[in-house]
Amino acid sequence: MAETTQLKMRVWRGDDQGGGLEDYTVEVSEGEVVLDAIHRLQATQAGDLAVRWNCKAGKCGSCSAEINGRPRLLCMTRLSDFEPGETITVTPVRTFPIIRDLVTDVSYNFEKAAELPGVALPPRDADGKRRMAQIDVERGQEFRKCIECFLCQNVCHVIRDHEDNKPAFAGPRFFLRYAELDMHPLDTHDRRELAQQAAGLGMCNITKCCTEVCPEGIKITDNAIIPMKERVVDKKYDPLVWLGEKIGIRNKDNDDREAAPKRQKSSVKRPRARA
Amino acid sequence: MAETSEIEKHQYDVVVIGAGGSGLRAAIAAHEAGAKTAIVTKSLLGKAHTVMAEGGIAAAMGNRWPEDNWEVHFRDTMRGGKMLNNWRMAQLHAQEAPERVQELEDWGALFDRTDDGLISQRDFGGHRYARLAHVGDRTGLEMIRTLQQRAVALGIDVFMECTVTDLFKDDSGAISGAFAYWRETGTFLAFEAPSVVLATGGIGKSFKVTSNSWEYTGDGHALALRAGAALINMEFVQFHPTGMVWPPSVKGLLVTESVRGDGGVLKNSEGKRFMFDYIPEFFKAETADTEEEADRWYDDKKNNRRPPELLPRDEVARAINSEIKAGRGSPHGGIYLDIASRRSAEFIHKRLPSMHHQFKELADVDITKEPMEIGPTCHYVMGGVEVDPDTELSGIKGLYAVGECSGGMHGSNRLGGNSLSDLIVFGKRAGEAAAAYSSGLEARASIDGELERAQAEALAPFDPKGDENAYTIQADLQQAMNDLVGIIRTAEELEQSLKEIERLKERASRLKVEGGRAYNPGWHLSIDIHNMLLVSECIAKAALARQESRGGHTRDDFPGPDPEWGAKNLVLTLNSAGDGVDLAEKPLPVMPDELKAFFEDK
Ligand SMILES: Cc1cc2nc3c(=O)[nH]c(=O)nc-3n(C[C@H](O)[C@H](O)[C@H](O)COP(=O)(O)OP(=O)(O)OC[C@H]3O[C@@H](n4cnc5c(N)ncnc54)[C@H](O)[C@@H]3O)c2cc1C
Ligand code: SF4
Ligand code: SF4
Ligand code: FES
Repeated sequence: MAETTQLKMRVWRGDDQGGGLEDYTVEVSEGEVVLDAIHRLQATQAGDLAVRWNCKAGKCGSCSAEINGRPRLLCMTRLSDFEPGETITVTPVRTFPIIRDLVTDVSYNFEKAAELPGVALPPRDADGKRRMAQIDVERGQEFRKCIECFLCQNVCHVIRDHEDNKPAFAGPRFFLRYAELDMHPLDTHDRRELAQQAAGLGMCNITKCCTEVCPEGIKITDNAIIPMKERVVDKKYDPLVWLGEKIGIRNKDNDDREAAPKRQKSSVKRPRARA
Repeated sequence: MAETSEIEKHQYDVVVIGAGGSGLRAAIAAHEAGAKTAIVTKSLLGKAHTVMAEGGIAAAMGNRWPEDNWEVHFRDTMRGGKMLNNWRMAQLHAQEAPERVQELEDWGALFDRTDDGLISQRDFGGHRYARLAHVGDRTGLEMIRTLQQRAVALGIDVFMECTVTDLFKDDSGAISGAFAYWRETGTFLAFEAPSVVLATGGIGKSFKVTSNSWEYTGDGHALALRAGAALINMEFVQFHPTGMVWPPSVKGLLVTESVRGDGGVLKNSEGKRFMFDYIPEFFKAETADTEEEADRWYDDKKNNRRPPELLPRDEVARAINSEIKAGRGSPHGGIYLDIASRRSAEFIHKRLPSMHHQFKELADVDITKEPMEIGPTCHYVMGGVEVDPDTELSGIKGLYAVGECSGGMHGSNRLGGNSLSDLIVFGKRAGEAAAAYSSGLEARASIDGELERAQAEALAPFDPKGDENAYTIQADLQQAMNDLVGIIRTAEELEQSLKEIERLKERASRLKVEGGRAYNPGWHLSIDIHNMLLVSECIAKAALARQESRGGHTRDDFPGPDPEWGAKNLVLTLNSAGDGVDLAEKPLPVMPDELKAFFEDK
């Protein structure tokens, strides 16, 4: 059977009115992750401790928090990553407003998602199917691995340190989405203008903090933001365009595409009152 | 007591409860049919269980094997479900899945491709041809993101982190709305709507070892029962053969079937590929009986039969269980799943990236170098709301059910990949039917008379007289279901489980909640636990009644299938006191002769 030990934890408890770190000692066993310890606290000592989680396997992006000050997924951070006897401090992600304990209001991200015009493909081929080469879809696939944990949004200094930038800045997660659509082998829209103007791509100064925290290991800056910036200034830096020209795979002509439609408002609802 | 005047009120034509693949697809269909539509979900948008699906979406597109078509898919599905499936659902599913998958592509999904640039398809258990459209081993993420982005682009209203606790009916017995609370604030809201689509997923959280999340408390199943609808097939719970077994923290976490579809094999502690010893009569003709033939099949399906590792899940799970029981298990009580010795590291990285990541991060195992230790885990419930196959309408006017919370489609056992396709095929049908029904109505019933009762019930756990902790009751229920209603069942243990459930029900009538109403998981669980108990009772009762073994229901005391049982369903409804369930037998719908022909000789 697995060995058990006593773990010292400090967990931020409180709500938008204020709060602070509380000390706990909780029994944990070999192989466990921080989320296991939080769950045991809930079941035995703090029944109302608020935390988000779903998959407990790093697939849904619900359990983002800051562990000893570092933005991580609670379910993918093993207790064995810390020194024996070390106190583990868990706080909510900093960039979004607190709801309760470890749960924050991430609706900013859903507003930004709604502002992004979706994919626009031409009709299917005559036999009712679509054809795309594997190497053409692979770049978009890297970006579509995103589990929307919003840790990149959390660490990006453009909004972490400057609340007032939020209306004009979509953040790395959504630059990824712009790049994905822009690199979709069949998409017909030109989103360069929108990315630059409405999403604030120009405010990013390529610090790469987003890439460093991404639990999916997506190269947000190198593979999405920089190529997108290059495309905006029309340098045709895009290695795929270059590769496409060389080996003659399908490719889109920037100048032929229709500008993407304007942004729309989010239809995600929020509670009207408090209890 | 709080005032009902503070309850938010909303009017819609169609309210969809659930934002997994089935709920999103239903909402898109309802919206496109012109209905004013809302989506309500317990979690944030994009986090539903569908996001966790790995292997793929089954659809006979014929991109790899032109021989594949809906008839073969239909036959595989019925055989996988041991002929207990609703034939009409299985037919519609097989016919419509290819177009539903291509529609996802129209909406931006980026599937892996064949050399010809078409959507690639992979092998899975019980499917005659490579049939699963996939994106590496994160197909569910691709599905949910595509549907979520589509729903957002259409501007469909989404109520997230909002839990439905009750359904309302008018004087005629038709649906009139739903009641819910915001998790963030603990405040209430009520929907006035003549059509409600249940898309709430499964029940797996009632079992200790499970691949399912906190959301799987059977809410939709219980809401349907309380509204007067019936559940079928509840005795059939799928134990996926390959869940992680070590470390304890991840016990039950899924290891995708794609590992076997892509060449992985099962071995016991003696290094033997034991599945050859467990090929049932029913599948002998189509299963390889030597390792050589099994290995050749991956490249030449015409002249070889399938490896026994790719038998339907119920067969594989039982075999693993027997090997472990016979003392040929691995150190942590599982058996070995080996792909390292059979495929190159490069192939594994490409085809199974999240499995590689999951084992590396959580168990310190490199699956390109060593075998994995795995064992059965509670994964999926075949049972659910009994619906009309063409419209997904339950027995209650205005109440529809789709996805894992509906019943019939998968019979006694679901084939891998047939859930994701089920979600989009029947999601679309339900959304359209619900929209059509609402638009044909002249008047809407008022729900005002119901609000006070619904609110009082939701607040009941705050009663200061309570002394029981919902987390403890949940843990006791999970243990009981695991031990007594698990993969191998006996009459004695099932009877014992029903007694245990009654005891837990009594304890759950005296709950005590710590803290206030804002984002309080203890309170949320105190509401969900009643659903878990009701649904667990359904499973145990039906399992006790069905005196045979078939698909996801194995009785030690009745080891074989019985043709008489093979012709009937067990139907569960709420009892007259409203505190438990009644059970009845019902003959299966009869398959027309032209479909029966698919099962002769071949
Ligand atoms: C690890 C794993 C891997 C899998 N892999 C595959 C695969 O490869 N292929 C395949 O075909 N199938 C697979 N499955 C099965 C398949 O993923 C699920 O059966 C399917 O996704 C369920 O979809 P759904 O739409 O029915 O429900 P879900 O996606 O579970 O969504 C349920 C929704 O209902 C909401 N909800 C529940 N109760 C309430 C309530 N009371 N109030 C408000 N909202 C509520 C939830 O918040 C959620 O939004 C897998 C399952 C798991 C667990
Ligand atoms: S690279 Fe740009 S988007 Fe990423 S964290 Fe830095 S400023 Fe933000
Ligand atoms: S890009 Fe990475 S860090 Fe950002 S939300 Fe997606 S998964 Fe999280
Ligand atoms: S719980 Fe899903 S990523 Fe942590």
